[in-house]
Amino acid sequence: MEKFTALEAIVAPLDRSNVDTDAIIPKQFLKSIRRSGFGPNLFDEWRYLDQGEPGMDNSQRPLNPDFVLNQSRYQGAQILLARENFGCGSSREHAPWALLDYGFRVILAPSFADIFFNNCFKNGILPIVLDAASIDRLFAEVAAHEGYRLRVDLEQQQITTPSGASLTFEVDPFRRHCLLEGLDDIGLTLQHVDAIRAYEAQRRAEAPWLFRG
Amino acid sequence: MAGKTLYDKLWEAHVVRQEADGTALLYIDRHLVHEVTSPQAFEGLRLAGRRPWRTDSVVAVPDHNVPTLGRERGIEDPIARIQVETLESNCRDFGITVFGMDDPRQGIVHVMGPEQGATLPGMTVVCGDSHTSTHGAFAALAHGIGTSEVEHVLATQCLIQKKMRNMRITVEGELPHGVTAKDVALFIIGRIGTAGGTGCAIEFAGSAIRSLSMEGRMTLCNMAIEAGARAGMVAVDQTTIDYFAGRPFAPQGALWDQAVAAWRELHSDANAHFDREEVFDAAEIAPMVTWGTSPEMVVAVDAAVPDPAEEADAVRREGMVKALAYMGLTAGTPITAIPVDKVFIGSCTNGRIEDMRAAAAQIRGRRVAANVRQALVVPGSGLVKQQAEAEGLDRLFVEAGFEWREPGCSMCLAMNADRLEPGERCAATSNRNFEGRQGKDGRTHLVSPAMAAAAAIAGHFVDIRKEGK
Ligand code: SF4
Repeated sequence: MEKFTALEAIVAPLDRSNVDTDAIIPKQFLKSIRRSGFGPNLFDEWRYLDQGEPGMDNSQRPLNPDFVLNQSRYQGAQILLARENFGCGSSREHAPWALLDYGFRVILAPSFADIFFNNCFKNGILPIVLDAASIDRLFAEVAAHEGYRLRVDLEQQQITTPSGASLTFEVDPFRRHCLLEGLDDIGLTLQHVDAIRAYEAQRRAEAPWLFRG
Repeated sequence: MAGKTLYDKLWEAHVVRQEADGTALLYIDRHLVHEVTSPQAFEGLRLAGRRPWRTDSVVAVPDHNVPTLGRERGIEDPIARIQVETLESNCRDFGITVFGMDDPRQGIVHVMGPEQGATLPGMTVVCGDSHTSTHGAFAALAHGIGTSEVEHVLATQCLIQKKMRNMRITVEGELPHGVTAKDVALFIIGRIGTAGGTGCAIEFAGSAIRSLSMEGRMTLCNMAIEAGARAGMVAVDQTTIDYFAGRPFAPQGALWDQAVAAWRELHSDANAHFDREEVFDAAEIAPMVTWGTSPEMVVAVDAAVPDPAEEADAVRREGMVKALAYMGLTAGTPITAIPVDKVFIGSCTNGRIEDMRAAAAQIRGRRVAANVRQALVVPGSGLVKQQAEAEGLDRLFVEAGFEWREPGCSMCLAMNADRLEPGERCAATSNRNFEGRQGKDGRTHLVSPAMAAAAAIAGHFVDIRKEGK
């Protein structure tokens, strides 16, 4: 997994609550057996005017000029500003893969859906929960200033705005550590092979019906 | 000392080790796998030179991409075909049990698992699919996971988890005539919202829940994720135990007795502490119909489409306006005045035998209305299909003008050929009414199987409480 330490980047605002993973990456793109290449189809139904299918040349498709990511001032954005319950719906990890492939490394929202939140950390994306008032203020500032950028520092757990104001955020210490170091969960868990074996042996004795087949 | 909740008991029985900050390694008893969220996990294993920890804990089945017509021709969409073939070859290479497309046990993973007894009370169950919450109906701790976690569970038999909060939703009393588990689920989501259970494991309790069959409890737990909870569950009672007798993966003989004794402990203690509690009266619940693009946008069938002008919160109001525009609805329209173009009966929410029976019972010699272009009935598994056919339900459906299909996810998410065309309106028994869920610009109304079948016959929504019993 790619490390995340700090980032300064353009912020794109997505002013909708309950953005679901079907909207982030529609199902027809889930047929891929690869982990990459989902970026051009991020928010496909909002981003393009035609019906997207796998294998299309996306550069030839008609863009929806009203969709925020199609506006020139947000090109190159790596920070997504979102509303409550972002990432609800299916468990598809294709959603963070698409966000990452597009270039997003940070998502700011008042709340996230559990599975999506978790999936972000496994892919080097930092989802940050901020209180609703701070999120409202950021939406207003982004709208007012073209080229609005934020600096996000995971080590310091701090966000700095262009005017120099700073916001602190909470992050689970274990997840922070894994992101900062770019650590692979499986490698970490396999350091505890003995504990897993011991649990398994005890459980097999207590509840043998769980180990049939 | 406070007693333990069902979730506390399930959690404690599966902790392999726990860090000081509460991060735990949770042992996984059953890992269900389908074709969409597993290929990258198997590839990850291969790249790292790893093997599955315990192949006998894994059961796989293709469901999302399989065609529901003309199976003998195989899958025509080449990309979908590769995905299904990839599942089968991964299972072959690693020695994992898979029920392929022509196996009668094939079906939607959340229908197949319990049906085979692959899900048992007291288990931890995971699957790369958010509706894994379904399996909590059996007092299992079941959650949906992402593909990185699928790989992690394959490689280590464990999931890295922090304990969730305990929430209990109690529904007391007798459910009125025409009100099913689906209506209970939609009613609850309408009350607590789609983020109402975020961060919680929800236990559903109360006399109305205990009176539900296992099928009904599965429908309810299935939709816990739509209430924001990763896991939903119901305590073990005799209904739970009776369900497993004779199922292929269930224990037998002395092992059965030993298992049943353990299962009987799977309930919250009387003095257990819940972080959140909600209590509802069953008598208040009506057949429910969603009107918007989120499952919380739901009203009783005898109500009207709500008016955004009456919503005080600005963000919510804006959401309602967008949803009404997308759905092509006007505030104030009675729900029963909304005509439907298509009807979909199936999915992991309502694709089980009881659902087929409830839908068929609405037909009573009548035919699908002329304005309904397509009414699909898609059984949740090959075994549900066989059972329904043995009862003659398929003939009832076909004679009434419904199409009787092969099992799979089908029009629930429209990854195969079954989908809505832009602007089409559908009465669906599935669980998500998100924009584009059933096809780009398709309009979904979530309802129970009986309500969907009644809408097919009438051509619009009807209050089935007013129909003959
Ligand atoms: S039936 Fe629908 S919700 Fe259920 S597993 Fe299939 S696609 Fe997902």
